[in-house]
Amino acid sequence: MSEYVLELRGITKTFPGVRALDQVHFQLKPGQIHALMGENGAGKSTFIKIITGVHQPDAGEIYLNGQRVEIKHPRDAQRLGIAAIYQHVTCFPDLSVTENIFMGHERIQPGTKRILWKEMHAQAAALLAELGASFDPKTQMGALSVAQQQIVEIAKALSTNARIIIMDEPTAALTKRESEELYRITEQLRDKGVSVIFITHRFEDMYRLASQVTVFRDSRYIGTWGIDEISREELIMAMVGREITQLYPQKDAKIGEEVLRVEGLGKTGLFADVSFTLHRGEILGLTGLVGAGRSEVCQAIFGIHPYDTGKVYLKGAEVRVKNPLHAMELGIGYLPEDRQMQGLVLPWSIAENITLSAIGKYAKKGWLSRRKEEEAARMLAEKLQVKAKSIFDPVSSLSGGNQQKVVFAKLLTAELDVIILDEPTKGVDVGAKSAIYEMIHDLARQGYGILLVSSEMPEVIGMSDRVVVMREGRVTAILDRDEATQEAILEAAMMKKAPPDLPHKAVSSKTRRLV
Amino acid sequence: MEQRALMSKKEFSLKRFFLQWEWMLVLIFLLVNAINVSLSPYYFNYDSLRDATMTFLDKAFIVLPMVLIMILGEIDISVASTVALSAVIMADLHAKGVPMEAAVVICLLVGTLCGFLNGWLLVRFKELSSVIVTLATMIIYRGIAYMILEDQAAGQFPEWFSFLGWGYVFGIPFILIAFAVCAIAFGLLLHMTTFGRRIYAIGNNPVASRFSGVQVDRIKIIVFTLAGLMAAVTALFLTSRMGSTRPNVAMGYELDVIAMVVLGGISTAGGKGRMIGAVIAVFLIGFLRYGLGLINVPAQVLLVIIGLMLIAAVMVPNLKRKRSAAANVRKEDAGIKEAI
Repeated sequence: MSEYVLELRGITKTFPGVRALDQVHFQLKPGQIHALMGENGAGKSTFIKIITGVHQPDAGEIYLNGQRVEIKHPRDAQRLGIAAIYQHVTCFPDLSVTENIFMGHERIQPGTKRILWKEMHAQAAALLAELGASFDPKTQMGALSVAQQQIVEIAKALSTNARIIIMDEPTAALTKRESEELYRITEQLRDKGVSVIFITHRFEDMYRLASQVTVFRDSRYIGTWGIDEISREELIMAMVGREITQLYPQKDAKIGEEVLRVEGLGKTGLFADVSFTLHRGEILGLTGLVGAGRSEVCQAIFGIHPYDTGKVYLKGAEVRVKNPLHAMELGIGYLPEDRQMQGLVLPWSIAENITLSAIGKYAKKGWLSRRKEEEAARMLAEKLQVKAKSIFDPVSSLSGGNQQKVVFAKLLTAELDVIILDEPTKGVDVGAKSAIYEMIHDLARQGYGILLVSSEMPEVIGMSDRVVVMREGRVTAILDRDEATQEAILEAAMMKKAPPDLPHKAVSSKTRRLV
Repeated sequence: MEQRALMSKKEFSLKRFFLQWEWMLVLIFLLVNAINVSLSPYYFNYDSLRDATMTFLDKAFIVLPMVLIMILGEIDISVASTVALSAVIMADLHAKGVPMEAAVVICLLVGTLCGFLNGWLLVRFKELSSVIVTLATMIIYRGIAYMILEDQAAGQFPEWFSFLGWGYVFGIPFILIAFAVCAIAFGLLLHMTTFGRRIYAIGNNPVASRFSGVQVDRIKIIVFTLAGLMAAVTALFLTSRMGSTRPNVAMGYELDVIAMVVLGGISTAGGKGRMIGAVIAVFLIGFLRYGLGLINVPAQVLLVIIGLMLIAAVMVPNLKRKRSAAANVRKEDAGIKEAI
């Protein structure tokens, strides 16, 4: 018998253009709660997907109880006793709790294939009782709270006799009390000999539960420590401690008058009381953990989803943006986070994509002028150095960085004062990154006010004149350039207490689906 | 790094040009005619061919806006009921003494209103798909038509009204001229205007369209309203040709229309296809039906043939996509190797 129930050695995984995991190690002892921490994009999600068989590693080995295994399919993971519980519960909301628990491994009468409802309900009830839950297994899944749904997911894991349970930010959508309940259940699992990998952004989770902590950073393995061996400060250093290289150009734009002011912006369940100002030539960083409500604030300003309270002033005058077209007419542009889903029409050519948002400019009374359109597109594509053979190449054939340049070019077709950039370098390689940073500076120099939403700490610090930090829908800090250290930002993003009255449940998967 | 100037001339590839689905349709169209000619000595006769177009062109008016709807990624199965409702209201009003000119205008208004209602319901209740919305209105519109006329027929229109369905201008059927004008107008709208470009954008990626400032809801309403208007135009020509109307008129037209659009190479997933393809498909099916009718092939056989062609129409682009996807993967692999 090996010392470790699960061991991963030298796991490497590359996606086109991105190295998601680079020689990563992990060791899990039986009956241990092992925290896995790292910034957004450090490779934690890919890592889980490798363990659960969603992705195959390009290199590296996985050992289960000392035996080398290959996990080619989620079904293999289930057979090997590995189960994962995700942050946004993936369930069948219209089915009963029992059906959710036994989905894919229903108890069936041999021969007649009859579903043994009675047995399933009884087993489900037993599992739930064991976990201390009081709801009926015949309840419809969608009627439960997020916390209760997570308990069902755990019951589901137990029903497959899982010995290793991975929890991906399970407390992100839970209230304090619900988290406490989850801690209790997790400890109960541990005492039964189940090993738990607990992925979290919250230090309180880690200190409360884990005995070991492993840190990933930039797709690499940084280290594993016992929980009492490492101080909070050392842990933060381990998570963010990379050198900020000369990736970021020298800031030389002059900061001018105020161009955008947001006062007390709020939307029930998503964010509340958000206020900041933005000046011409300024790059204002907006950061926080995933789910802190940054994108939601930006999309409210851009008119995608209306806000409930608060005011937005553009160049001193109050505006109420009705829809994205209105926003662009007023002078607000938005570069969406998900460029493939929200930013581009993938099968279309570079030219057609660049001109889409300002297509009216290349037409007379609605009649398109292809010549004008193609001229403008070619000019912008060359200005932003999109690497392609011709402007008629489909954007789906471009690399991430070049696709992002096309989305930037779209912004430049409109006459804007404020440009909101939502994770502009997400999934872009280093070379393209510095080109994009150069572009952002160039925009600032031209007098645009730039709101830069980013989860990447060095990017926020390297680029921004000031940094707004959000946590759980609220602004927790606005830092000047010299105050904005990694530690200060991380502290505001992770540890400062958010006001307790913000409803948590609404920040779950449901609201996300609306976009 | 040296930045090459981007080409702004489209590379013209003869192979790609002729590999388009529309050429396939032209080929099938010629084939159908060749077979028809060889099977029936009476087929290739200008007068009879000309008159044949009059019988199948009435529903073709709905094909035009249906192309826009399906490029949007939506569908409208209420169009035949809209035809019936606007025809019935027109005939009923005329029978009750309203002048025919006014009845015609009201017919067009009723159709437009029906279409607008479809579009409005669709954008108002986003959780409902267009199949469900228009299934409901399909039943409602047809139901109202029955409530108005019950099981009666209404007719006896003035002399001039029959010109629509039976008249000739310079020896060409009026309906053919009207269809040609409408087809060109819709073709220009789809391919030459910002409106058309936005329709394609929505069909390809509604989320990105919205983020790019395209007024998705407004465009959907306009397009569905256009479909209602063209259904009313069909009602005019159909009623004129038949000389009377009843509530069960145009039964099943929606499926004929959708079949023509799909055969014309318009993707059921939205975002792809061209007006010309659907127009060719209209004549292809029309002549096929006419030719097979001449040699007394039962109508059921025709249905089987149309069904087979539809499967081909849906399959061919899929095969092409799979091939190009495979090519892309190969390219990507090569790219990664190069990068390493």
